[in-house]
Amino acid sequence: MTRQEILDELKKVLSPYTVDKEKLAQIDENTDLIKDLKINSANLVDIIIDAESKYDIEIDYDSADRMTNVGSCIDVISEKMGQA
Amino acid sequence: MNRRVVVTGMGVVSPNGIGIPQFLDALKQGTSGIKFMPLYEELKFSCQVAGMPAFDWEGLRNYISEVSFHGLKARGVGYGIHAALDAWKDAGLEVETEDTRWDTGCVFGNSIADTEAMKNVITRVDNKEVKKLGSRVVEQAMNSGVTSYISGRLGLGNKVITNSAACATGTQAILMGYEYIKHGYADRMLVGSTEYVDTYVFGAFDSMRVLSRKFNDEPEKASRPLSITAGGFVPGSGAAAFVIEDLEFALARGAKIYAEILGGSTNSGGQRGGGSMTAPNPTGVMKSVTDAVKAAGISPEQIDLISGHLTATLADRLEIQNWCAALNRSGSDFPMVNSLKSMIGHSLSAAGSIESVAAILQIVHGFVHPNVNLDDPNPEITNIIDINCLPTSMVKKEVNIVAKANFGFGDVNTCLLFSKYSN
Repeated sequence: MTRQEILDELKKVLSPYTVDKEKLAQIDENTDLIKDLKINSANLVDIIIDAESKYDIEIDYDSADRMTNVGSCIDVISEKMGQA
Repeated sequence: MNRRVVVTGMGVVSPNGIGIPQFLDALKQGTSGIKFMPLYEELKFSCQVAGMPAFDWEGLRNYISEVSFHGLKARGVGYGIHAALDAWKDAGLEVETEDTRWDTGCVFGNSIADTEAMKNVITRVDNKEVKKLGSRVVEQAMNSGVTSYISGRLGLGNKVITNSAACATGTQAILMGYEYIKHGYADRMLVGSTEYVDTYVFGAFDSMRVLSRKFNDEPEKASRPLSITAGGFVPGSGAAAFVIEDLEFALARGAKIYAEILGGSTNSGGQRGGGSMTAPNPTGVMKSVTDAVKAAGISPEQIDLISGHLTATLADRLEIQNWCAALNRSGSDFPMVNSLKSMIGHSLSAAGSIESVAAILQIVHGFVHPNVNLDDPNPEITNIIDINCLPTSMVKKEVNIVAKANFGFGDVNTCLLFSKYSN
């Protein structure tokens, strides 16, 4: 999967956790999940769980801590998919 | 501080009607909300009927944000949010707010947090999948879940408390809110209670053999308070909510007023003097009534209607005896008495709040709702009160004061007195 393909799929994962659909449609690698998309910090856990099942990967705690913006989410997801 | 407390908004999710207009119509018609539940037959329950609201779960999207809705599974929380927001809107109040509403608090009760949520926790933990639980479990498993969702949605900033007192929960929530306003701690309170009786809660009652089991093939006849064939209660689910306010505060904003709460009382018989975990101490029951009458500043003769606890067990006779002794009224001098449980069953913690909506609607619209299934009144009851006190079809009648009581496991009692509002 290319980074763009992962980003497109990531939009679907993030969708239930943000009310701001306009912002979501325009995300790029610099978009911050909490600051820009106003995602509740507790929901980051749910996003990780949803990403694990969507991409069939396992995300360890240290990698999960890095997932604060769209770019780092794509980094972690592509890394883990590469390992699988 | 001599403040008066009035009811300015109501919302209800009941097995026989969702929303005030539908519920009012069901009350007048004596519509039963009891249905056969195929799952309960499959699970080999003795009682296979229940009162379950025809709730549109997807419709909750109109009540909370998409983010809150996503991942919400607790039915009791859903019922509570629905009833609370309906009551808020019915009171003519704006839902959306940027600021915290410091003048308004919330007392909302339930008997148990969502057991489906707990089942999910137990299964995942036992399967070594704890990492998959996610962020939404705790808020739905904690007992204050429903109160948290409601107060968060409306920005309520005064006292926010979850109460739990078994079958007395709903009436107790109203009383607590009343007291906070009465004593000047809050100007407005959102009060009520919710209950989702799922198979895990239901199963335990079934095992106790306190549920109706002889009318599985005639569900609408299964809940039979006050009758000789009353053979146990029918489990129900639902929620109801009220906006209650200091009278001056309500008048200042031009609120419509449904009724006044004159006063109430809550106590425990202490599981002494005939009381136990499951049976009420008659002295405690009578004391809750006499203390409520005293707090309301009325005399027992002024009570037009009793909305009883009356679950359709052996305790119905004892309850009527206690009412007679507490009010010193019997025979043809006894007020009319009805049990909403005849139509919707016993929704445990939600019973008191749903029945209080019914009590207030009877005051507002001048009628006494029927006791359905009362074609064979218990002679031990009609020996002490006149049969005319037990209407089996709707009676049009001015109702000025209603006594509403609930008595719960743990030997807890609550009685409220509602009246028509007049300045």
